[in-house]
Amino acid sequence: MSRFVPLSDLPVGGRGIVVALDAKPALAARLTALGFLPATEVRCRRRAPFGDPRVYELRGSQLCLRRSEARSVLVELA
Amino acid sequence: MSAATLATRGPIRLGLVGSPNSGKTTLFNALTGLRARVGNYPGVTVERREGDALVDGARLRVIDLPGIYSLSPLSPDEAVVTRVLGGEIAEVPPPDGLVLTVDACTIERSLLLVAEVLRLGVPVCIALTMVDELRARGGRIDLERLSAALGVPVVGVVGHRGLGLGELRRLLPHPERWSQPPLLPPSEPRERDGWLASVLTRVLVQRPGPSRSTELIDRIVLHPVLGTLLFALVMVLFFQLIFAWATPAMNAIDGAVGAAGEALRAALPPGLASDFLVDGVVAGVGSVVVFLPQILLLFTLLHALEDIGYMARAAFVVDRLMGRIGLEGRAFVALLSSYACAVPGIMATRTIPSPRQRLVTILVSPLMTCSARLPVYALLIGAFVPATTLWGLLGLQGLVLLGLYLLGATAALGAASVLSRSVGRGDALPFYLELPPYRVPPLRLLAAQVWGAARAFLRRAGTIILGVSILLWVLLSFPRTPAPQGMPPAEAARVALEQSAAGRIGHALEPVIAPLGFDWKIGVGLIASLAAREVIVATLAQIYAASDEDAGSLRDAIRADRDPRSGRPVFTPATVASLLVFFVFALQCTSTLATIWRETNSWRWPAFAFGYLLALAYAASFLTHRVVSAFTS
Repeated sequence: MSRFVPLSDLPVGGRGIVVALDAKPALAARLTALGFLPATEVRCRRRAPFGDPRVYELRGSQLCLRRSEARSVLVELA
Repeated sequence: MSAATLATRGPIRLGLVGSPNSGKTTLFNALTGLRARVGNYPGVTVERREGDALVDGARLRVIDLPGIYSLSPLSPDEAVVTRVLGGEIAEVPPPDGLVLTVDACTIERSLLLVAEVLRLGVPVCIALTMVDELRARGGRIDLERLSAALGVPVVGVVGHRGLGLGELRRLLPHPERWSQPPLLPPSEPRERDGWLASVLTRVLVQRPGPSRSTELIDRIVLHPVLGTLLFALVMVLFFQLIFAWATPAMNAIDGAVGAAGEALRAALPPGLASDFLVDGVVAGVGSVVVFLPQILLLFTLLHALEDIGYMARAAFVVDRLMGRIGLEGRAFVALLSSYACAVPGIMATRTIPSPRQRLVTILVSPLMTCSARLPVYALLIGAFVPATTLWGLLGLQGLVLLGLYLLGATAALGAASVLSRSVGRGDALPFYLELPPYRVPPLRLLAAQVWGAARAFLRRAGTIILGVSILLWVLLSFPRTPAPQGMPPAEAARVALEQSAAGRIGHALEPVIAPLGFDWKIGVGLIASLAAREVIVATLAQIYAASDEDAGSLRDAIRADRDPRSGRPVFTPATVASLLVFFVFALQCTSTLATIWRETNSWRWPAFAFGYLLALAYAASFLTHRVVSAFTS
């Protein structure tokens, strides 16, 4: 398995380091404002019933994202 | 700017900026007390709150701006902040200074917004909130170094306990004296990331650990199975409270309004003035006030769940389900509230950030079976559905009622699915939701929020509801026909109603509603029920000259009623089924229309909602009438 995966593929409990954002400018800007900067450590904490959305922990906050948005964040498995 | 020019120019204007959950509203209430003015920004449905404070003889006007994650707006809320700060809204002059609330526990993220705000070049002072929580979680921030690194004043505060407020208040009257950063934070991404890291290494002495209580509670609340069960339980309780607790209060208000009307009627000489005051004005005011228990209860529960931190979790649990019909988790609560009444339900859509999803939720909420439909269903089911049991345990009457509830809910979900693909399309807002740590909301804050919502309802929707109630009274009482001598009062009331404008409209409507199986009497009832659905029961009682005291008499009267031309019963099974279905769909409620108007700031959406629901109602009733006629004749 590649060390670089979309955030949406991170298993619950898994950690990753943000490498890049692959999204339209508006979404990329918002993900940045929410703290998804390069080198930020992200942890997948929980999943909702049926697997989507999921809770991620980063920069001191817990953030819930749907798969469709989390797919845009490329992380390196840590 | 000298103190003299400030004094002649009015109060010092301070904008309160910060990300959601950063303690902004708590700080606003701590600074301004309960004297906030709540309104809307021109042209958009974003709530506008301003409050005054007097500090050292200086008048301050604090503008509570919507919570934002960034100054590049995605939603109308965020766009308002950008426009106010840019001085683009004529009614809201740009603030003299900004108070930026930063949650100490999420400073690693919040510094991004700080950098953006500092780059505006306006005087900024930072209120570092939740410093008590930071300490409890073992974190430490060096405030002096933070102030030095950013170049602006920084005050640590705990809004609801008043800690740090004295120091902040001393700063507020003099934005022109606040220190300004010698060098603005860089905007180029790579440089900005470097700036962020260097500030953090200097000021964040110790990162806060996870909040243990939040971790523990979330183990249950966000558990895939337990969390779902808890969600169902909370929602059932929520619905029960709004439905069951508000009903006694509403009945009490109903009774009090009735008694007040009778007392007024007894005190006044009989005539037009007395009729107008009692049946028009007092009844109209009553029809507004009767919503207050539900609104107060709904907003208390909504704000309590929101402030505690549960609402975000509930939205998380149910998001997948709502996503299937193109909505998001937060729409669920609004739809559920609409079971009690669409008025609070529509007001509950304020928690949905995406304007288009909010609109879709508003447009389908009248389809949820509200409590005002119950008296209508009860009358018709009681009169025409036999009280037999199926398979020994299920009552047929109850099953029909359940069927009507299910039909409404199914129609709402279907309509949401269609509307979110048409009206709600092109929604650029991505879904994200912060799960804040659990917090105990200060009661004062809760009270201020609930009071603000209730006052806004009375002022915005109340005036329209009152106006329409009076208009309907006019239609139902003019032109006036004097009763012949010796006619019993009930009979006289029936004649007066038939001769009134509403009675004539009912007759005129007959060709249009005949395909649904309705005669002119039902037509008058439908017109009267525009005030509120349950009014059709009282109007039918008046038409059938049935006494109000005896509920059974109306039931018997409509059972016995026969068409004078054909001699066949007016209320055939097909007509009853068709009327029930009509009430499932039709938006027969001016209070709901008034609320939609106020909440969307446009006549377009209430007109659209009324139109599409009327079309649905007409089509469904027509089909029902045809099908049932075919089976029963």
